[in-house]
Amino acid sequence: MIALLKRNEALWLFVHSPAAIIAAVVAIAIILGATFAPWIALVDPYDLSSFSLFDGLLPPAWEDGANPKYLLGTDDQGRDMISSILYGARLSLFIGLAAMAIATVLGVSLGLAAGYYGGRFDAIVMRIADVQLALPAILTALLIDGIARGLLPADIQQELRVWVLTLAIALSLWVNFARTARASTLVQMNKDYVQAAIMMGQRPIRIMFVHIFPNILGPLLVIMTVDLASAILLEATLSFLGIGLPADSPSLGTLIRIGMQFLLSGEWWILWIPTLFLVALVVSINVLGDFLRDVFNPRLR
Amino acid sequence: MAYFILKRLIQSVFVMLAVAFLAFSLFRFVGDPITQMTGVETSVADQERLREELGLNDPFVTQFVRFTGDMLQGDFGFSYRTRQPVAEMIADRIPATLELGIVALLISLIVGIPAGVYTALRPRGVVSQTILMTTLIGVSVPTFVIGIMLIFLFGVQLGWLPTFGRGGTVQIGGWESSFFTVDGWRALILPAITLGVYQLTLTMRLVRAEMMEVMRSDYIRFATARGVPMRRLYFKHALANTMVPVITIIGLQFGGVIAFSIVTESVFQWPGMGLLFLESIRFVDIPVMGVYLVVIAFFFVLVNLIVDMLYVAIDPRLRVKDAA
Amino acid sequence: MLRVKDLAVKFPSRFGDVTAIEDVDMTIRPGEIHGLVGESGAGKSTVGAAVIGLISTPGYIANGEITLGDTDLRALTPEQAHAVRGDRISMIFQDPQTSLNPLMTVEDQLIETIQTHSDVSYDDAHKRAVDLLEEIGIKNAAERIKSYPHQFSGGMRQRVVIALALCTDPELIIADEPTTALDVAVQQQVLDLLRELADRRNIAFLLITHDIGVIAQIADRVTVMRNGEVMESGETAQVLGAPTHPYTVALMDAVPPLDRKIARFRLPVEADIAAQTTARGADAQKWLLEGEQTPPTGLTVENLTMRFRGTRTSLWQKPEHFTALDDVSFTVRPGTIMGLVGESGSGKSTLAKVLTGLLHPSEGRMTLGAAPLPPARQRSRHHPSRRLMQMVFQDPYSSLNSRHRIGAILSEPLWLYGLVNNAEDRRALAMSMLDLVGLPADAIDKYPHQFSGGQRQRIAVARAILARPKFLICDEPTSALDVSIQAQVLNLLKDLQSTFGLTILFITHNMSVARQMADDMIVLRNGRIEETGPSETLFTAPKAPYTQTLLDLTPKMPSEWQLTGSSSAS
Repeated sequence: MIALLKRNEALWLFVHSPAAIIAAVVAIAIILGATFAPWIALVDPYDLSSFSLFDGLLPPAWEDGANPKYLLGTDDQGRDMISSILYGARLSLFIGLAAMAIATVLGVSLGLAAGYYGGRFDAIVMRIADVQLALPAILTALLIDGIARGLLPADIQQELRVWVLTLAIALSLWVNFARTARASTLVQMNKDYVQAAIMMGQRPIRIMFVHIFPNILGPLLVIMTVDLASAILLEATLSFLGIGLPADSPSLGTLIRIGMQFLLSGEWWILWIPTLFLVALVVSINVLGDFLRDVFNPRLR
Repeated sequence: MAYFILKRLIQSVFVMLAVAFLAFSLFRFVGDPITQMTGVETSVADQERLREELGLNDPFVTQFVRFTGDMLQGDFGFSYRTRQPVAEMIADRIPATLELGIVALLISLIVGIPAGVYTALRPRGVVSQTILMTTLIGVSVPTFVIGIMLIFLFGVQLGWLPTFGRGGTVQIGGWESSFFTVDGWRALILPAITLGVYQLTLTMRLVRAEMMEVMRSDYIRFATARGVPMRRLYFKHALANTMVPVITIIGLQFGGVIAFSIVTESVFQWPGMGLLFLESIRFVDIPVMGVYLVVIAFFFVLVNLIVDMLYVAIDPRLRVKDAA
Repeated sequence: MLRVKDLAVKFPSRFGDVTAIEDVDMTIRPGEIHGLVGESGAGKSTVGAAVIGLISTPGYIANGEITLGDTDLRALTPEQAHAVRGDRISMIFQDPQTSLNPLMTVEDQLIETIQTHSDVSYDDAHKRAVDLLEEIGIKNAAERIKSYPHQFSGGMRQRVVIALALCTDPELIIADEPTTALDVAVQQQVLDLLRELADRRNIAFLLITHDIGVIAQIADRVTVMRNGEVMESGETAQVLGAPTHPYTVALMDAVPPLDRKIARFRLPVEADIAAQTTARGADAQKWLLEGEQTPPTGLTVENLTMRFRGTRTSLWQKPEHFTALDDVSFTVRPGTIMGLVGESGSGKSTLAKVLTGLLHPSEGRMTLGAAPLPPARQRSRHHPSRRLMQMVFQDPYSSLNSRHRIGAILSEPLWLYGLVNNAEDRRALAMSMLDLVGLPADAIDKYPHQFSGGQRQRIAVARAILARPKFLICDEPTSALDVSIQAQVLNLLKDLQSTFGLTILFITHNMSVARQMADDMIVLRNGRIEETGPSETLFTAPKAPYTQTLLDLTPKMPSEWQLTGSSSAS
């Protein structure tokens, strides 16, 4: 174990960073909870028959008048908060991960190719990125959402909601990946190992993905983490604005929006518990992203 | 230098054209403009006549050129929802959003730059570590949550500040400003902080990273070896060099400010462009959406052009010719 | 007046404290240039940093005394130490491109430094600054002083750096590799300037360098360091002319002489690759020789011209073309080594890129062996020359993909060119090849970062050879290496060349290295050939004045210092 730690610098730094360890534990706990929500949740928040209005607005277990069955209380419909949150996190994480994956594939391919081929292709990709930059993430996501509303018939809209949202978020994040991949590729292009590969007559696809790609993975990993956090935030924000997911399939953002109705009344848990949960998730991901950045860029340590 | 600026100008025009094209495509292909503009009672023949009058049967390129031409003359069409000219609707909302954005940006710079410098110079200090951890939470809390928290604390619990609207405003030559009344300022504080916090954390982290990079450079080490006083070293040598990349990013951040103002305006019911945009999305009011896009892109491009000029002003390498 | 005694510097790391230097003793008198020489990792820069008090964090001085005149430098508070910097001790850095603040004029930087250390008016400081620039050879100083650093050429910039170090009249200047980034002509001027300043102003210099030629030329006394410890110290002529320590002896053996060609460098047994090759290497040798059926291949280049379009900087002017290669013609005889020398910007790397098909020439024809060598855009990925012509690059840290194992790196040419189709055979061959370049078999599963620069360069050579090439281009293959490693790699290249009948184009900026390697020579300047011919004639009786200048400017040492370097080693 100690030998392994000595050899692997990242691992060594990790066990010496309490923040990173806590963040990893929190993130993994949330991810596990979300993944296995159908098996561990008390009720299925999508199934109206699994909960009852009679249990509505119960406070968390430590407050007066609570039902110990509902550890973090219930909402106005009688849904168990923990169940709602787990299912909500499941949806938020799914959308975040899917959006990040799409943005990564799209952005990295374009950035890598732009950096490798240069010239006109590079110019075109970068000008598109310029336009994308002039329209910030939230705006792009809102716009795509708006277009989907205009184009799709109402009945399909509800079904495709999750996918439209995922695509909207992905398209607003790809520029980050493209720019990072391109900048890193340009650095690698000047390295002799790439020049050697070109000279030897290797296939461009191989040079890009077998030679250059592993060498730019570090910065991309950082962006992936940071953008996963952004994607989750973006989804929450869109749902909060009432443009994301509807109330019958609530994500964390939707739960917060619903909770807002109770801001002024006494049922604080309906708003603040999902909020705390979302923040904890995003903070942990960001702490891990920060940690990775330090690992890959020792000069900021 | 002139060439550098010209190149940027051409790029900006390209961006604007692309966004205008996007807006045009929205208008043209998302839903049928004619059905949106007319009611159910309009006959098919009337619809066709209107289509011909509006030139919607013309070739695509002609339509786009006309669309762009109209925009350049300030003719932005009519809203599907309110039937008002979009130009007026947007113009009414611009002051609210701009004032909010500018105050938020100022907050982010005034707090963010010194904090970034401090954490770069004392990277291992307790204060720096605390600041860094706080900003990490700052980037992780969604803007709307910050807004809700501020409303809850200062509006609901303490009752010190208003939680929605612009408060008292003053009309100055058609510009509705909240800068000139106490009431206006009171209404502005919470939304501006909400909007500024995220930008602040970005600014701080960026300044810190750049400053640390610069502090490691040979010219700083050389200046240290010459005994240049520390204060001068930090603020004259290092900070100036840090500013070159920082300014570029701040230009890009302006886009973020505008975008997040949509969220902030929604939380605080701030009557700006963002709120208008949200409403237009909800009602699929395509002309408003398109024009909003164009206006935002225009501000973004404008700010970045100014940034480029600042860049030239700071960096002599862009201003003065190289050694022969 | 500078006295360093028992100096030790340590760096805390996660494995405990690492000792960077230990037991360093040194004395420098006013007006003396004290050379501190050593290979990378010797700790010579750490000594300089310790003296001026700028050891990079988290390093610290663990032990020892540093006194300047009567001042105990270690006893000073941080504020006092900072006041001493610039005032009594100053420093010159390696790279003039990066050691000046790009946003301030030279004037501002000079006056700021002068006013920091002496209570003079702005006008007086300005006058002193202008006088100083004149003194160190910047013409029209009153005008030029208003310029920004980027408006000076490299050599002039280093003069500005020296002026900045000098403007407060320090007693000691630490010069850390002050000429390494400079061309030989500029290097000579800077060295002359340092010598002159030491003599005239009685300034003491601590001259840190890896270049023994530089030391031999201007240092009064020299300290030789290795792995953080002093090996030998004394008068330059004494230490370099009659070294007593085995390390210094080996170092002197490895320095290529300019005035004669030696067949092989004499190396200590543990460093000599030829002495280490075992039976395992025989397989690779046999396999390579199997492909050796055809006679050696020459290369002919006719009227090669390469023009680059300049970057557009102005609205009104068309960008000017930059001609990197101007009507270059030459022939590399089959089975010989052609040396190509030139200063930076002479076009030598451009030539390599045009030959290897990375750049498309504007004009000209190339012929490899009997077949025409198509220019970049017409050379398909499958053209035979892709295999026949291989290249060894300058920087071994960048020429190997750091994410690939050595086995994968060495196997690449084997499968790419369809030379060996079975993965196991490729691995066996790669292992055997490692032995030929003196590396152990278990290297095959390691990553490049686990090797030193010299070892990496040998891996790069192995990769090139495994393609069974006929023609090898070596672009400054040893200029990033320490001199003892350079000797090792040069020996290796010579051995491989004679074993496999390779034709080599050997590109270098170093005349002494060129002399050791080349059968024929080309001297390139600003993209044009100044002189070409058999190596021995060119070195003994150069025709072009430029060749003569290059030879004159190359730092050299009295030939009696280098009696070693036999022609009959191993």
